[in-house]
Amino acid sequence: MSNLAKFKIDGVECMAEAGKFIVEAARENGIFIPTLCNMPGVKPQGACRVCTVRINGRLMTACTTPIGDGMEIESNKPDLIDIRKSIVELLFVSGNHFCPACEKSGDCELQALGYLYQMMVPRYPYDFPLREVDASSPYIIKDQNRCIMCKRCIKSVKDEEGRSYFAFHNRGDKLEVVLDKVLGESMDKQTAEKAMESCPVGSILVKEKGFAKPIGTRKFDRKPIGSDVKL
Amino acid sequence: MSKPVIATTSLAGCFGCHMSILDIDERILQLFDLVEFNKSPIDDIKKFTKPVDIGIIEGGCCNSENVEVLKDFRKNCKILISLGECAIMGGLPALRNGIPVEECLHEAYIGGPTVQLNTKHILPNDDELPMLLDKVYPCHEIVKIDYYLPGCPPRADLIWDALVALITGDPLKLPYELIKFD
Amino acid sequence: MKDTVKQILKQYGSDRNRLMDILIDIQEQLGYIPKDAIDLLAANLGMSQVDVEQTISFYHFFSTKPRGKYAIYLNDSAVARMFGYDSVKRTFESEAGIKFGQVSDDGLIGLFNTACMGMSDQEPAAIINNKVFTRLTPYRVREIVKHMREGKAVEELMNESYGDGKNQLPSLRSIVSSNVRRKGMILGDDYEMGTVTKTRLTKMSPEAVIAEMKHSHIRGRGGAGFPTGLKWEFCRRSKGDKRYVICNADEGEPGTFKDRVILTEKPELVFEGMAVAGYAIGSDEGILYLRYEYRYMKDYLNEVLENMRKQNLLGKEIAGIEGFDFDIRIQYGAGAYVCGEESALLESLEGKRGEPRDKPPFPVEKGYLGMPTIVNNVETFGTAVKIVLNGGEWFTQFGTEDSTGTKILSISGDCMFPGVYEVDWGFNVEDMLDMVGAWEVQAVQVGGPSGTLIGSKEFHRTLGYSDLSTGGSMIIFGPQRNLLKDVVLNFMHFFIEESCGSCSTCRNMTQVMTNKLTKILNGKGVKSDLDDLQSWAKTLQASRCGLGQTAANPIVSSLKNFRHLYEALLQKDKDFDQGFDMEASVQASCNYVGRVPNFNHH
Repeated sequence: MSNLAKFKIDGVECMAEAGKFIVEAARENGIFIPTLCNMPGVKPQGACRVCTVRINGRLMTACTTPIGDGMEIESNKPDLIDIRKSIVELLFVSGNHFCPACEKSGDCELQALGYLYQMMVPRYPYDFPLREVDASSPYIIKDQNRCIMCKRCIKSVKDEEGRSYFAFHNRGDKLEVVLDKVLGESMDKQTAEKAMESCPVGSILVKEKGFAKPIGTRKFDRKPIGSDVKL
Repeated sequence: MSKPVIATTSLAGCFGCHMSILDIDERILQLFDLVEFNKSPIDDIKKFTKPVDIGIIEGGCCNSENVEVLKDFRKNCKILISLGECAIMGGLPALRNGIPVEECLHEAYIGGPTVQLNTKHILPNDDELPMLLDKVYPCHEIVKIDYYLPGCPPRADLIWDALVALITGDPLKLPYELIKFD
Repeated sequence: MKDTVKQILKQYGSDRNRLMDILIDIQEQLGYIPKDAIDLLAANLGMSQVDVEQTISFYHFFSTKPRGKYAIYLNDSAVARMFGYDSVKRTFESEAGIKFGQVSDDGLIGLFNTACMGMSDQEPAAIINNKVFTRLTPYRVREIVKHMREGKAVEELMNESYGDGKNQLPSLRSIVSSNVRRKGMILGDDYEMGTVTKTRLTKMSPEAVIAEMKHSHIRGRGGAGFPTGLKWEFCRRSKGDKRYVICNADEGEPGTFKDRVILTEKPELVFEGMAVAGYAIGSDEGILYLRYEYRYMKDYLNEVLENMRKQNLLGKEIAGIEGFDFDIRIQYGAGAYVCGEESALLESLEGKRGEPRDKPPFPVEKGYLGMPTIVNNVETFGTAVKIVLNGGEWFTQFGTEDSTGTKILSISGDCMFPGVYEVDWGFNVEDMLDMVGAWEVQAVQVGGPSGTLIGSKEFHRTLGYSDLSTGGSMIIFGPQRNLLKDVVLNFMHFFIEESCGSCSTCRNMTQVMTNKLTKILNGKGVKSDLDDLQSWAKTLQASRCGLGQTAANPIVSSLKNFRHLYEALLQKDKDFDQGFDMEASVQASCNYVGRVPNFNHH
C-alpha cells in the first residue's frame, strides 16, 4: 500500500489509494458526497453534476476526478450545497415528477436528494413538458416523464454482444433516453430487472411490479441518502 | 391579546390535506385554544369576516374559480402556506399538464371509453361554471406564497409543528421523517 | 440503397470510429439516412439501432427523413437577422410554398434554419446542397427557387461572380468573399510554403521546436488561451503507442469566421503548422476537423494536401528528415457548436455524439482513440509556423506581455467594412471601431455569445487574455438595435439549441433563464426577476464544458453592462408577478366548449 494519497475534505484529513475517484475515496473515509448518475461498476460520467466539489478554486465533479496526494477538497460549503440543491430542483421542474403516483417513491434517489436538501419547493417554475411513455417491450415500461438523463441505463444495460439497449436521442432540451425497438422486444426478465435497478428514479419500471413495499419500509423513508456512509 | 386567525381552503385538491390536518388527533383541541378559525371547510364559514393571519391552501389552480379564491386568500391573509403537493406543484391534477386542454376535454366528454352516455356530445359550457385553465398551476405561480409544507398528504406532525412554530414564534425543527413528497 | 451503404461501409472498413464519415456519405448520396440504412449500419458495426441513431440525432445536418433535392439551410443568427434574414426567409417560404422545417410535397425543396455558419461578414447566407450562397435578397431567392424548379444543378444556381482571393480557384469556385482587411504575420503574403519544414525542422530537434513555442508565450487562439508550447510538451511526454495532431476548424461561435478565411487563403500554412506540431510531439497523423458548413472547401483543401504530398511536405521522411512521417486527413462535423470544445470534438471524431469529456484526463494524456493528442486552433497552427521560422523571441515583440503575437479578428455587424483584421494583441476597442468604420455604436459583443457584451464605457479596454479575452468574434450593434430582444434572446436560443444536453445544468438552466428573460421582454417582469437571473446563473458554473459554463453570459453580461434596458421593462407598481395571465389561460378551453370568457360572474 505504498500508493496512498493524503488529502483533505473540508479540512478533515483523509487517506485513500491514489487515483481513486473522490466520491469513493471520501466514502472510505466516512464522508458522503451525493451522486445521481454515478453507479458502481460503470465508468463515471459526470452527467448530473450533483457531486460538484471545489478543488483549487475550480468546480470539479467528485465522481470523475481522481484523488491526488495533498489535494484539498471543499464539499460541504454553503455555495456548493446550494448548487447541488439547485440541480436537484432543476431536475424536478424539467421533468414530470409526480412523487405521490410514482412506483419508485421512497426508493428514488432524486427524491432522496430533495429530502436531504429539504426542498420545500423548487425555486424554478415547473415546465410540465409533454413526454412519452414506451410500454412496447414485454417486460419494462420506459417513462420519459421521470427520466433525468443520467445515462446509467445506457452505460450499464447491454446484451451479450455489448450492444446498448438504451441510448440518447436528440440533444439539448430535446434530449431523451430511448429503448431499442429490436433489443427491447427480446429483452428477458433478468435484463429488465437490471434495467430497473440501474434507474435512480422511476423512469424504468418492470411491468406488473410496483408499490411492493409499504410506506415506512422503503429505502429513504426513515434514513437520508448517504446514511450508510460512515467510518 | 387576541388569538391568531386561520383560514383554509381546498382548490384543485382531494381534501386529503385537510384530512391530514384533522389527523393531528386530540391536539385539535389544543389548536382551538391557540387559534381562531375563519373561512374554512372545517368550521364552514364561507366568507372572510375579518383579517386573517395564516391562510392554508390545499390544491393547485385548475380553473378560474381556484384562481379567484386564491387571490382572495392572498388579499385577506398575512401569511399564505401551500399545503401539500397539489398546492406546491399541481399534484395529480397536473398530470394533464403538457397535454392540450382540448384533448383533455375531448377525452373526458366525447372520445373517452367511459363517456357512452353523453351521446349528444355535450360539453360543459354554462356561464356559471368555472372556466378551465390551460394547465394546473402551482399556487406560487399565481400569488406570492410564504411557506410550503410538502407531502401527499403532508404528515399531521409536520402541519402541527409548523403551525405551532408559526404561532409561537419558536424555531421550527423538521425531523427527516416529516418532509416527504408522497 | 443497400449497395450504396455497403459500399460506404467497405470504404471505411466498417470501423465504428468512422461513423461520422459513413453517415455524411450516406446523407450526401441518399439525401437522408433511411431506416434500412440504420439497420444495416447497426448490424455491420455491432451496435444497436438506437446507438447508431443517437449519433445521427445529435447533429443538425443528419436526417432520417428526406430533406429535399435542394436542402436549403438559412442562417438565423443575430447578425443574419440584422441584415435581412426575415425577408429572405419569408420569400423562401412563399416561393417554395412551405414553412421552414418542411420539405415540399414533390420532394424538391426543403427549408431549414441553421446556426451561424461563419459568413457574418456577408449575411444573409444559406447553404444549399453544400454550396454557400451569401448576400441573399428577396430577388435572388425568387431567382434561385425558379432555377430549382427548372432542375438546374446547384452550381448553376450561382450567378454571382466568385468571391475574392482564392475563392476563384477552379477547385473552390465559391461566391464567398474572404474580406481580408488587414494583414499581419499570418495573413501576410511573404511566406513560401515549406520554408520552415525545409530550413528549420531539418536543423532543430523536436525539443527545440517546443522550446521556441514555449519561449514565444503563444496561447491557444480558440479562446480558452492555454499555453500552446506547454500543451505540446505535455503531449510529447505522455506515454502512448501513437500520438495525434488535431486541428480544430469547428469555429461555431456566432460572429466568427476567421478560420474560414485562413483556410481559404493560407491552408498550406495551417497544414505545415500541423506537420511542425507532429514533428514536435512525435506524431505521424493529423486530422483537420472541419465544420460541415465549410464542406464547400473539400476539393480545394484536398488539392492543397495533395500538392504538399507531392512536394514531400507531407508523407514519409518529410524534407528528408529521418523518421519524420506525417500526413493529414480531413474529417467533418455535421452541425454542432459544442464540437468546438476539444474533448467533444474528439468524441465526434470517434463517430460519437459530441459530448464533452470530463477532465482529467486531458487530451494530451488520453485523446483521440485514447492516445495522447493535441487539439489546436487553425490560427494557432498558422502562427506556429511563423514562430518556428523566426524564433520565440521575435514573436514576443508583438502584442503585450501576457498576450504575445497577433490576433485575427472576425468583425461583423453595424460597420462599414466587415471582414477579418489581423492586429497585435493589446488593440483597444475604440481603435477597432474606428478601423472598421463603425460610427455609431451602442454595444460590441466581444468573443461571441459566450463572451461579453460591452457598452461605450468599456471601449477603452484592450483585447488580450488579461482584459477582453476573445477567440476573435466581434459583433457591432448600432443604436437602432434592440439588444435584449434581438441579441441576448437570440444568443440564449442558440445555447439552448446547441447544448449537448449531457449536464443537467446546461440542458435545463438555459431554458429556465430564457423563459425568465422572455417574461421580462413581455412586460411581466418585476425587480426580483433580475436578482433571480443573476443568482441562477451560478449553477451553470458547475457544467462540464465551456459551453455550459458560459451559456448564461449573454444575460449576465448584459445585466451588468446594460441593466437600464432591463429596468425599463419592469413593472413599477408590482413586486410579484410570475407571468400568470388568466385571460390567456382560459382561452383554449372556452374556445373548445364554445363559451365566451366571463370574469364577472363568480
